[in-house]
Amino acid sequence: MSSRIHNRQRRDFLRGSLTMIPAITLGSGVSLTARAAEQAPALSDYSPLFFTSDEWAFVLAACDRLIPGEGEGPGALDTNVPVFIDRQMDAPYGHAERWYMEGPFVAGSSDLGFQYPYTPREVYQRGIALTQRWCQQHHDARFESLEADTRDQVLSALEQGEVDFAALDEEWLTSDDFFSWLLQHTKEGYLSDPIHGGNKNMAAWKMVGFPGARASFRDWVDQHDVEYPLGPVSLSGERG
Amino acid sequence: MAKQQPRVDAVIVGLGWSGSIMGMELTEAGLNVLALERGADRTNEDFAYPKPADELQYGIRHTMMQKPKQSAVTIRRDLDERALPQRKLGAFLPGDGVGGAGAHWTGVLIRPTPTDLQLKSFADQAFEPGVLQDDMQIQDFGVTWDELEPHFTFFEKVCGQSGTTGNLNGEIQEGGDPFEGPRSEPYPLPALQDTQNTEMFDKAARQLGYHPFPNPSANVSRAWTNPYGMQLGPCNYCGFCSRYGCLNYSKASPQTCILNALKQRSNFAYRTHANVTRVELADDGKTATGVTYIDGDGEEVFQPADIVILASYSLNNVRLMLNSKIGKPYDPVSRTGVVGRNYAYQVGGGINMYFDDIDFNPFATAGATGRMFNDFSPGTFDSAQHGFIGGAKMHSSQASGTPIKTSLPKSAPKWGKGYKDALRENYGHHMKLSMTGSVMSYRSNMLDLDPTWKDPYGMPLLRMTFDWKENEQKLSRFMRDRLREIADVLKPDRMDEGFQLEGSHFKVTSYVSTHNVGGAAMGTDPSTSAVNRYLQSWDVHNVFVPSGSAFPQNFQANPTDLIGALTYWCAKKIREDYLKNPGPLMSV
Repeated sequence: MSSRIHNRQRRDFLRGSLTMIPAITLGSGVSLTARAAEQAPALSDYSPLFFTSDEWAFVLAACDRLIPGEGEGPGALDTNVPVFIDRQMDAPYGHAERWYMEGPFVAGSSDLGFQYPYTPREVYQRGIALTQRWCQQHHDARFESLEADTRDQVLSALEQGEVDFAALDEEWLTSDDFFSWLLQHTKEGYLSDPIHGGNKNMAAWKMVGFPGARASFRDWVDQHDVEYPLGPVSLSGERG
Repeated sequence: MAKQQPRVDAVIVGLGWSGSIMGMELTEAGLNVLALERGADRTNEDFAYPKPADELQYGIRHTMMQKPKQSAVTIRRDLDERALPQRKLGAFLPGDGVGGAGAHWTGVLIRPTPTDLQLKSFADQAFEPGVLQDDMQIQDFGVTWDELEPHFTFFEKVCGQSGTTGNLNGEIQEGGDPFEGPRSEPYPLPALQDTQNTEMFDKAARQLGYHPFPNPSANVSRAWTNPYGMQLGPCNYCGFCSRYGCLNYSKASPQTCILNALKQRSNFAYRTHANVTRVELADDGKTATGVTYIDGDGEEVFQPADIVILASYSLNNVRLMLNSKIGKPYDPVSRTGVVGRNYAYQVGGGINMYFDDIDFNPFATAGATGRMFNDFSPGTFDSAQHGFIGGAKMHSSQASGTPIKTSLPKSAPKWGKGYKDALRENYGHHMKLSMTGSVMSYRSNMLDLDPTWKDPYGMPLLRMTFDWKENEQKLSRFMRDRLREIADVLKPDRMDEGFQLEGSHFKVTSYVSTHNVGGAAMGTDPSTSAVNRYLQSWDVHNVFVPSGSAFPQNFQANPTDLIGALTYWCAKKIREDYLKNPGPLMSV
């Protein structure tokens, strides 16, 4: 474990020398690159493929609190996380294409995992509608029109399972389940390759120091306890 | 009436490691061999850069894994619970398609110890009666170290195993594992490079008197040409290994090590999207006539064959035996029957440590990167005084540094500004101390057919009954205490831990390990094993099952090296004896 000062000197030296190394040549003609060569859309210009405009307003307002823009580092809206979620719902994943969805559906211990008949699309449709009904009952307003602090309280209540979906006639989905899907997808959109619609400009990768799809570190693996000096690259060849 | 294909000498179900090895061995013996793979074809081109470098697609959405839609397992923790289907993957991730799990594994290629192969004999000698749980039903494998050693050596050359030799023909070697069984030849290649975490772990473990050595790796450290003439390139530490196809021809897989050589042979063919639903038996039930599969068009096809090799994933091999009525199904009440008996798994646990001032660069890593020590394997320490049998490999490994899987302190906020701060502060500043432990076999940890749920072809799903038992919980506590001592040396800024201690139950929702073994145990006694010591069905002599399903219980190391060695062992017996004189290779 070297000292921080020593580290910084090594890092500066390496940064200088590494800029001399040609950047990784990304495979040209790889079909994956086609879509992402386009500029990531501005969130305000994006037309959702799956969500209705009402649902979209909820997703934007929820993502904004799950990973807010305040403080250091980008927020979920800065990085197009809602675009990621929308595209995932439009993809085979949103339709639970790989999952076993045959009946009968039987409730059991949560340790035995997901046991209801809803695809991720249906989870969002139901979860958003139920949350909006609850917000109307308790705040006389839609979720997206609540103050940030109040939205945080609603999200916490969802997370704790305190929003009683069963009382709103929902047979399977619980609020903590809905919340955990929403949070998981938000993190995925924040941290996955921009080719999937989120992590705009690889801003989340730059924040944490992940070099993305560089995927070649033979010259680096023996540089112990030295901060990696190069920014990320994406699957489409974007450089940060 | 099913469509019928022309007869072949041998049909192989599943084209992963075992199926590919069997393909080489049986074609070399001159047989006309056909492999049936239920997934898609997959070649090295599918892994061309940059495709694998996509955490969402491979690490999270499980693109290389089996779809539960086609092959779910139902799971319960004890005989009284209602088993429910595992509707999406979680605790284990079996592979799908050509290459099977061998295409997306991490690449830790390590042998069991000689004692692991004869655990029951060891237990009888080292434990007083009454010390061990009375529902434990551990057994010897029925094959010895000396018999398997040449096959380990060959398979390790096929894979270009990289590491440091610890015991060469009985001579202990500096820097390797002094507790490993004697090797007849050194590791084919030197060890992978260490990373920051392995350096720290190594130092602390030595300070405490342990004997750490580099994780034995099938991510090759140097260019390698294997006995089949297949070439592997030196690992470039890309950081996308476990759950990913290799973008660099560096990770041993059926694709990189065997299949291109096998496909050259005119007496070998394979069909993909061929989902075998059962092995067909002759009227007397003593021989198989071939297999029935559903092809990519949904049509049922009968494939006649003289020999049937079940080389699918362990769980699927057991299911095929049950659905085909090969061998007597196990009954946990009367403790009779053998198919489904002795299902076992692997127990994990670890301490997550965070160091504010250390950069670990976790993205610069091979899948198998890490160090381990084997000072706590059966026979190397006295576990009887702690009331358990078994052992654990103790290690600090760094399989990847992909960001969605970033480990954060348990105390960190899960969302909001605090989450973002925690992510920024902890990514790249984390290392883990882990134990990977053995799991014994028990009366009620078993496999059978589910009474309710079926697959798309109308066949019953496999039902798994499994829970952590007291022996493994005691083992976990003991190993946790040892890992805490290492953490005390390393002094992280923050740490937290997770172990399967008293009262913990198996959860299917979070990943444990894809080391599902047993269910068609091998052995020398047909009343306690489904296949004999040559992996041949006791009941249907032209059915062989070279797979992790043959393990009578699980040891503390990773299973692939033993599965490879057992497959060569089985193939040798078929080639030397069975082909000349087809019939039972051991008398009942």
